[in-house]
Amino acid sequence: MAWDRNQMAARAAQELQDGWYVNLGIGIPTLVSNYIPEGIEVTLQSENGLLGMGPFPTDNEIDPDIINAGKQTITELPQTAYFDSATSFGMIRGGKIAMAILGAMEVSEEGDLANWMIPGKLVKGMGGAMDLVAGVGRVVVVMDHANKAGESKLLLKECTLPLTGKAVVDRIITGLGVFDVVDGGLKVVELAPDISMDEVRSKTEATLVE
Amino acid sequence: MQMLREALDGVLFDGMFIAAGGLGLCGIPENLIQAIVDNGTKDLTIASNNAGVDDWPWPAAADQAGEEDDLVLCGRECRVHAPVSVRRTGAGIQPAGHTGRADAAGGCGIPGFYTKTGVGTVIAEGKEEKVFDGETYILERGMIADLSIVKAWKADETGNLVFRKAARNFNPPAAMCGKICVVEVEEIVPTGSLDPDNIHLPGIYVHRLVQGEHEKRIEQHTTRAA
Repeated sequence: MAWDRNQMAARAAQELQDGWYVNLGIGIPTLVSNYIPEGIEVTLQSENGLLGMGPFPTDNEIDPDIINAGKQTITELPQTAYFDSATSFGMIRGGKIAMAILGAMEVSEEGDLANWMIPGKLVKGMGGAMDLVAGVGRVVVVMDHANKAGESKLLLKECTLPLTGKAVVDRIITGLGVFDVVDGGLKVVELAPDISMDEVRSKTEATLVE
Repeated sequence: MQMLREALDGVLFDGMFIAAGGLGLCGIPENLIQAIVDNGTKDLTIASNNAGVDDWPWPAAADQAGEEDDLVLCGRECRVHAPVSVRRTGAGIQPAGHTGRADAAGGCGIPGFYTKTGVGTVIAEGKEEKVFDGETYILERGMIADLSIVKAWKADETGNLVFRKAARNFNPPAAMCGKICVVEVEEIVPTGSLDPDNIHLPGIYVHRLVQGEHEKRIEQHTTRAA
């Protein structure tokens, strides 16, 4: 059975290490904070300008001045610190954020990432994504393995969409398993339960290094 | 609103370049934006990341037709061709980190800086590149705006500013890069009542100060069960 969103998030949470400062993108990556392993502490950065991002508030706790980069209301933690956005992107570019976990539209076999725009359609803008992938220590992508029709349109030899970054992705987690970007293509690290290599091959245009 | 119009008196002109603080609906200079809209100033270029949503405080789209250059970003996904010819840069056309750093650089007399962000993407097109320690970087410009509009929490009478929580965001760098910087605050306190060790932006960057009421709308009400 392929992993669902929560299982993918739980698997991505296994990538975290104690003491790390980490940035989680919108979508499935935000679920990672629900699965931080016992015994380790990570500090979540929100690139608009805070470290120590807490969970969503209760109705009583809502404060319009406390939001994350996705503009959702959040809360503080004891270790929370606020700073301006220039400082925030400075710590990203300066390599202080150990890992970014983010979503993708397309990833290439060389680790190119496209996740910010589809030409001709609504454009959200890249926000902080380009800075993140250029600056953090490790980039882990959590994404669907194939499109809704089951076609291999997502893990490609070359991205067709405008890039967020070139050769930036280190590890990819999909519903079918975990894949590393290595010399020559994507290497299978782990498959989801009962998933066969045949299924993976049929849904992956990118070169698989076995 | 009378006081706000005075705050922008003699400052607005068609075709001007404005840097605005705020992210979404958090920490935005909502009253100054409304005053600019009411004034009918046209052909504005606004650098922000990104102040406002579809229809507030900047006006809603008159129609959906527009060319790529007129693609304007606000809040969540939207495409607007704003009737006052507002074209917003920042969120759509450059990475968020550039907006902050370009504002701070421009305000600090740094006309160009190198960054790895965007190497190999459309952002790099047409820009000079340089290799430092084996890594490629792109040359980006420091930015200076005709006007910065900024929202802070408190100011003393000399313009020393304190921001509140995540409402700080792009306000300090935006403040630094304007030839004229106008700040709206929730409270103006007597000079000497702010702790000098806890001034987030010194008054040297602030030219005009106005106190206002703020709606502080929320873009996404996300909560957990109590």
